[in-house]
Formats: sequence, structure tokens, C-alpha cells
Amino acid sequence: MMKKLRRSMLFLPGSSAAMLSTAFIYRPDSIMFDLEDAVSLKEKDSARLLVFHALQHPLYKEIETVVRINPLNTPFGLKDVEAAVRGGADVIRLPKTDTPDDIDQLESEIARIEAECGRPVGSTKLMAAIETAVGVINAVAIAKSSPRLMGIALAAFDYVMDMQTERSDGSELFYARCAVLHAARGAGIDAFDVVYADIDDEAGFLKEVELIKRLGFNGKSLINPRQIEIVHNAYAPTQEEVDYAERVIAAAEEGDRQGLGVVSLNGKMIDAPIINHARVVLDRKNASGVRQ
Amino acid sequence: MKIVKAAIAGTLESSDLVVKVSPGEEGLDITISSEVFKQFGEQIAAVVKETLAALNVTQGEIIIEDKGALDCVIRARLQAAILRGAERTDIVWEKL
Repeated sequence: MMKKLRRSMLFLPGSSAAMLSTAFIYRPDSIMFDLEDAVSLKEKDSARLLVFHALQHPLYKEIETVVRINPLNTPFGLKDVEAAVRGGADVIRLPKTDTPDDIDQLESEIARIEAECGRPVGSTKLMAAIETAVGVINAVAIAKSSPRLMGIALAAFDYVMDMQTERSDGSELFYARCAVLHAARGAGIDAFDVVYADIDDEAGFLKEVELIKRLGFNGKSLINPRQIEIVHNAYAPTQEEVDYAERVIAAAEEGDRQGLGVVSLNGKMIDAPIINHARVVLDRKNASGVRQ
Repeated sequence: MKIVKAAIAGTLESSDLVVKVSPGEEGLDITISSEVFKQFGEQIAAVVKETLAALNVTQGEIIIEDKGALDCVIRARLQAAILRGAERTDIVWEKL
């Protein structure tokens, strides 16, 4: 079965009726309704209701939906969880996750709400956002803290402030990116990179996308629909990669037919990791074609 | 649910609506204006009435200025205005 692709995760302000009414047309891999930083304090109540109803709209049933809630230690967090779980969100993103206890606390609330509203217990997935030095240090334990976790994400804005630095060429995020990525891979879950705020700097954005793809991230959080196609194209394989992947799969299938444990292609051994990678390449080609 | 003070929710941006509610003693007084009233006026009125009934709102003045909002947005904005006007924070989600 094809693994769910999560190259693009588009942020939408939960308070914007216009954006909630149209965002699905851009076809990102996932849409994230933001109830936290993008929503002013006086509109938290109305944004929560907007997201609750938008989640139930038929046009959002065909796309993975994520809700970024407010932290549970605010007056808004638990109400956001109620709206997200009861509205049918696929994933809840917990901001400022510093320890596995943060996930435990959220998970127990989600399980209670799922039982109350008749949703299968365990059906709401979780994403932990790492935004502090403590969160990065605890990333391994956080990533393994719950079977509900489908991924962890690095969030740069708060992280660089906590580190007493600022966004620049990416070197300021190097350790955190590697730490979050290794934690995710060690736990068998996805890893998501930070947003790129300058939407007019396409060259800078593309450079960052190339970097995080090479590092191994599954995808990136996005703040503008224009960034979706750039990411999808960057993650699309080249024709050369597709041709090689097809030869690998063909060689592996031929080996299976002949009952061979190990097969070779052009004199090189083809083993399970190479075959798996070939499948990923072909999945990406099926999702977004060949790289332009 | 009883509206005890004037309240407002929403914006006049495209695809949104503004809902104003205020207390009243003699039943419901609902006014709807919409850019798409000719095509969708009946549908908007039906969504409004259904939403008010689910929240058991039977008295008050409800003024709606619609800018082409989807039904789900109309429900959300109306509920937000009612809850604010009723000074209620204890949401019964099954009724929304």
C-alpha cells in the first residue's frame, strides 16, 4: 500500500472564513487549521466554531486535516481539542511540546472525548511540534511517547528565540533539524520542517526545500498556497530516478519469480532498502509526476 | 438559550457574514440580507432557523449580512454570536 505522502502541510488561519471555504482547491497533502498563533484572543471562540464546522464539510473529507490547538495550559486548549476531535480532524498538532508528559496529558483528553462522541478510540492522530531547546533534547522520548503520533515537526520561530539567535542561512537550525529527524526515524514516524516566511523569495524557499529533502524530511509546513507546487515538484523524482526505480522493481519481481533471495542489477546487489526506496520514488512519481 | 446582551460575530469579507444578535421579548425577529439572496435566500433562512432551533433560541433580534458564505460558515458565525449574546461558554457540542 502506498504510504501517505505529507510533502506539503498548508497552514490556514482558523478565523478566516474565506480561506477555510477555498483552501481545499489547492490540493496540499494536508491542511492545517490554526487555532493558535494565527487567531487573536478575542476570536478564539468563533475560530473554534468555524474549524469545527469546516472539518465536517464534504470537501474536506478527501484531504488529511490537522488542527493546531492552543497549549493545554491556556483557557483555550481543551476547548480546541473538543472541537477538533468532535469535528472529525484526522490529526491534532500540539504546539510547544517539551516532554512526553505533554503528549500523555493530551492523549487522555482525546480518548475521553472520542468515547463521549462515539468516535473510535485511537482514531485521532497526533503531531508534536518541537519549539524549544528542551523539546529538541527530549525529541527521542517525545517521538516514542504514543502510538497516536504520526509525526513530529520543528517550529523555528520560538526555537530560535529560545536559542537566543535568529533565522538566517539555516545553520541556526542544523542541530534541531537533525535531532528531530533522527527522533522521528527512530520512532518510525514522519518529520516536518519549519515554515518559510518570505513568500516572495522563491529561490530562497526552493533552496531550503532542497536542503530538507536531502536531510530526509517528509515535507514542510507552508503558509501560502503558491509554495505547494514548488515543494511537490522538488519532491518529484527525475526521469533518471524513475527509470532506475522501475528497473529495480522489475529485477526484484524477476528474482521473486525465480525464487532468488538476492538479485542483482547491472552487477550491483539489490536488497530490501533499495527496493523500498524504489517504491518511494515511484509513489512520488505517481503523486506529482516527473520533476520539471 | 436566552440572548441577554447584544453581540456580534463574523466579518464583511467575501465568503463570510456578520451576525448581530440582541435581546427581545416577543419571539424571533430575523432579518437576512445577502448578495446571493435571490439564488440562496431560502437555503440561508433554513440554515438560520435550524441553527436557532438546535440552540433553543426562541426570542431576540437576529440580523444577518451575508457575503456569500457556505452553510458551515453561517452555522459557525450564528452560533458564535448566540453564545456571546447568551454569555455562555459551556458548549453542548451535540447541539451545534
